[in-house]
Amino acid sequence: MNASTAWHENLSKALANRSFLVGLIITSLLALMAALSFVWTPYGVGTFDIIGKLKPPSAAHWLGTDHFGRDILSMIMVGSRNSIAVAFVSVVIGMGLGVPLGLWAAARGGVTDELLMRFNDLVFAFPALLSAVMITAVFGPGAINAIIAIGIFNIPVFARVARGAALSLWPREYILAARASGKGAARITVEHILPNVANLLVVQGTIQFSLGILAEAGLSYVGLGSQPPMPSWGRMLFEAQTMISLAPHMALFAGLAIVITVLGLNLLGDGLRDVLDPKLRRER
Amino acid sequence: MLSYASKRILIGIVTLLAASILVFAVLEVVPGDPARLMLGMNATEDAVRTLQEQMGLNQPLVVRYLRWLGGLLTGDLGRSYTYSVPVISLIIERVAVSLPLALISLILSTAIAIPVGLFSAARRGTFCDTVTMGVAQVGVAIPNFWFALLLVYVFAVTLRLVPAGGFPGWNTGLWPGLKSLILPSVALALPQAAILARVTRSALLDVLGEDYIRTARAKGLTHRKVLYGHALRNALIPVLTILGLQFAFLLAGTIIIENVFYLPGLGRLVFQAITQRDLIVVEGVVMVLVAAVIFVNLLVDLSYAIIDPRLRSRS
Amino acid sequence: MNFWKSALVGAAIALLSSTASYAAKTDLTLGIVLEPPHLDPTAGAAAAIDEVVYANIFEGLTRIGSKGEVLPALAESWTLSDDGKIYTFKLHKDVKFHDGTTFDAEDVKFSLDRARSDKSTNAQKGLFAAIDTVDVIDPLTVKVTLKQPNGDFLYNMGWGDAVIVAPESAETNKEKPIGTGPFKFDSWAKGSQIVISKNSDYWGAPAALEKATFRVIPDPAAATAALMAGDVQAFPVFPSYETIAQFQADPRFKVVIGTTEGETVLGMNNKKPPFDNLKVRQAIAHAIDRKALIDGAMFGLGTPIGSFFPPHHPAYIDLTAETAYDPELSKKLLTEAGQADGFKTTLKLPPPVYARRGGEIIAAELREIGIEAEIIPLEWAQWLEQVFKGKDYDMTIVSHTEPNDLNIFARDDYYFNYDNPAFKDLIKQIEATSDAEQRMELYQQAQKILATDVPAAFLFQLPKTGIWDAKIEGLWENGPIQANDLTAVKWAD
Repeated sequence: MNASTAWHENLSKALANRSFLVGLIITSLLALMAALSFVWTPYGVGTFDIIGKLKPPSAAHWLGTDHFGRDILSMIMVGSRNSIAVAFVSVVIGMGLGVPLGLWAAARGGVTDELLMRFNDLVFAFPALLSAVMITAVFGPGAINAIIAIGIFNIPVFARVARGAALSLWPREYILAARASGKGAARITVEHILPNVANLLVVQGTIQFSLGILAEAGLSYVGLGSQPPMPSWGRMLFEAQTMISLAPHMALFAGLAIVITVLGLNLLGDGLRDVLDPKLRRER
Repeated sequence: MLSYASKRILIGIVTLLAASILVFAVLEVVPGDPARLMLGMNATEDAVRTLQEQMGLNQPLVVRYLRWLGGLLTGDLGRSYTYSVPVISLIIERVAVSLPLALISLILSTAIAIPVGLFSAARRGTFCDTVTMGVAQVGVAIPNFWFALLLVYVFAVTLRLVPAGGFPGWNTGLWPGLKSLILPSVALALPQAAILARVTRSALLDVLGEDYIRTARAKGLTHRKVLYGHALRNALIPVLTILGLQFAFLLAGTIIIENVFYLPGLGRLVFQAITQRDLIVVEGVVMVLVAAVIFVNLLVDLSYAIIDPRLRSRS
Repeated sequence: MNFWKSALVGAAIALLSSTASYAAKTDLTLGIVLEPPHLDPTAGAAAAIDEVVYANIFEGLTRIGSKGEVLPALAESWTLSDDGKIYTFKLHKDVKFHDGTTFDAEDVKFSLDRARSDKSTNAQKGLFAAIDTVDVIDPLTVKVTLKQPNGDFLYNMGWGDAVIVAPESAETNKEKPIGTGPFKFDSWAKGSQIVISKNSDYWGAPAALEKATFRVIPDPAAATAALMAGDVQAFPVFPSYETIAQFQADPRFKVVIGTTEGETVLGMNNKKPPFDNLKVRQAIAHAIDRKALIDGAMFGLGTPIGSFFPPHHPAYIDLTAETAYDPELSKKLLTEAGQADGFKTTLKLPPPVYARRGGEIIAAELREIGIEAEIIPLEWAQWLEQVFKGKDYDMTIVSHTEPNDLNIFARDDYYFNYDNPAFKDLIKQIEATSDAEQRMELYQQAQKILATDVPAAFLFQLPKTGIWDAKIEGLWENGPIQANDLTAVKWAD
């Protein structure tokens, strides 16, 4: 099949897919907002206006102000950078370590494969938040440690997906043919296996990205994520909690930002899955 | 079946052992001296040293690990540094909150998700299906702690129907106890129900597409009978997988939710113990949680084999 | 999986035995923010221990009253020798511990010797440092000989860390405290509540309450709800400043904003450049707007301080003008100090909300004058290790809640790394002086030195925000020590 035709076919399929389209729009808007926040926000997030604190939404502050009088819209805009960065790097860590591990295990089989599976069991036996709590207890809270905690959890996820897909490819005829022609396992993996599991990995990456946004929010909410003065959606919710009877808007908007972002990514992931691999529909 | 089961059990035990080494090693490097923390800012150096000796903190790492492991095997998790009571009794007190919370949430989310999944699958492609799945899609995206905050604002702060947090203790009666678990379990259950409903629906649709279902339809069985009789049973495997994963998720979820609602459960115990550097308690609770996850996954694995005998030979 | 089973059985039993009978008027449920780690005040620094047991379960030779005064307790009277070194305490008779054992001079000797022994894990061992010997004269008389005269000795004996315990029960007090007080320990459901009940064999005036429950509620939202619903009738130290206004508007409640001994400071590492430069420290102090800080971090509660001394003390002088908010002056001072472009530094913050919120505000204010302070949040264990013990820090925020603690700036090796011989001399003079007027004069001199030397930036006095049912009488309005003395508490009709 010609590569560019396939691409065109996928694109037209994608644009016809409602989930994908909606997800793409939301995700692009998010990315735009994050990019915009580098050059412009309605107000600075580093300057406090104690007298103007806890004000409900108004023409001057569309989403109101927080307990230090900061503009919540500006906080959400800058906070998106934090969420995106943490989730993205954790996915990169998970993919960067997990995919080679999974492919390697699939290629080698036997003891290597068994060890990888046991490693997966071990990591999965720890509820993600619990390992995050322990990691931050050792290194102290902060964005970097949130990334490590989430990233570690991503490794076996990607390893499992890569291994599963690779295992189903190895008995295929064209792989057997490649082996017969004397190519080594490593070369086959790079040349034939990896391109064929890439679609799956992109889909899984989107899912893990959205889970990463949720996880970062959870960690920040319990005080283990990124620290002031960097705005973070999860910490905004934590700060809103004690003020909920005074200023419910503080809790509302930061939460909505999380929900919309995660929703957009999930829709994008679902859409991508439908488009890239119809066989995988509805499996998770 | 037996060899499959014993292999799974063996794997579970090895995982537990590895986890115990990992937990002990990680917590060993946690900075902060529990003895100094207990004695505070005005303590003299020799008072701190004396307390360290009393707590056995000055012994070599390996000795402490082996002693702890030996205790684990006999059900003795050691004594809490701060509370100076057996760790096991602390855990039992807290499990009496966390376990009901996780179970109620699990039941609640299953009770919502399976009917919704059936409802949607039976009406595949209709307006009802689209709306229901749209709502579920949003539900998946909602962080449970934020949902909890909204519930608190509506039902506790504004309507004052239920307490905003805290737990009166089971000794004040069944109802006050349950009442303070209502919001937390709803907050935990609904986002989980959304995931489960989506899985149930797609599992059902997959099964409905298979040959034997068509055969059953062709034999003249009603749509209803096929859906509830054949399809649901066969769709149970993916649903069960997700339920197993969700249990681990719920246990982790209780850690955050217990902090939102200030419930004295295992999650809060872990947080408190870490801030108080009561490491032996942290080790105990983490091991209990890890053991619970491994145990539930084992159950799920074994029940696959019962539901679908074909799987036994595969592994 | 045995313990799952026992957990289930435990839960089931708890479900069946419902005991919700509240005879109003003689029982009281109080909210406390932190759960004590254990209940032995002689073996831990946690204020939460004293909040439950002080004056209720345990008593010392003397006790601290609601205004910070020294009152007789187990010692009904005492005499002091002319050289100021020998205290002879006359003890109350017919005093029994809660387990029925008799209290006498031997218990006093045991307790004081235990607290100052080599094996002691008393968190305030320094309180006993002045003691040379403790001798039993007869069962009701104890002679305490000091190494040198000490003006604070009777006050020190009133601390929770100096209560009298019995040799029979000293080892088990952590779990089952046995004291001589008007209340005895009943039960403790970990993570939730501690119950004490009236001691009918009490030697002194009996308590009015039959039962008191201390319920642990760390969360402000939960605390608010519990008070509103009447589940908790008193919150002597309410955990949230932001919701106070809501209770002030409600006639069912009495809201008392009292004072504490907590001087909140921005501590600086005086030996570490650039904080070894007085001008830098002054610049930082002038950059802080105390009013904005108190409004933003404390919702307007708290009194600004300009030195390290509580405003409710008779010797207090207001020195806030010495370091008034003046960012322009700050910039000028920085330029003079050779730091015209500002510098990068760190601000390590312990968990309390005053520190975390206050830290964010101060970091923002310092940014205005060119100082970039990275916020590093720490748990208490890490704070004690890194900042307090290791002195590995640049700046930190903490409230010093011990009473009578001006002398910390005279200590060698204290975390401020502040070393001023003149100030040390002054503190020595104060300790050796018993004349009230002279002491007053010396205290004021000491305050002035600190205000101009700025070893730390002095921020505000921590308030005690108490909320309770308007019908409750006898709870302390201020917090001279961290305690909930329930001996005089009763319900008005």
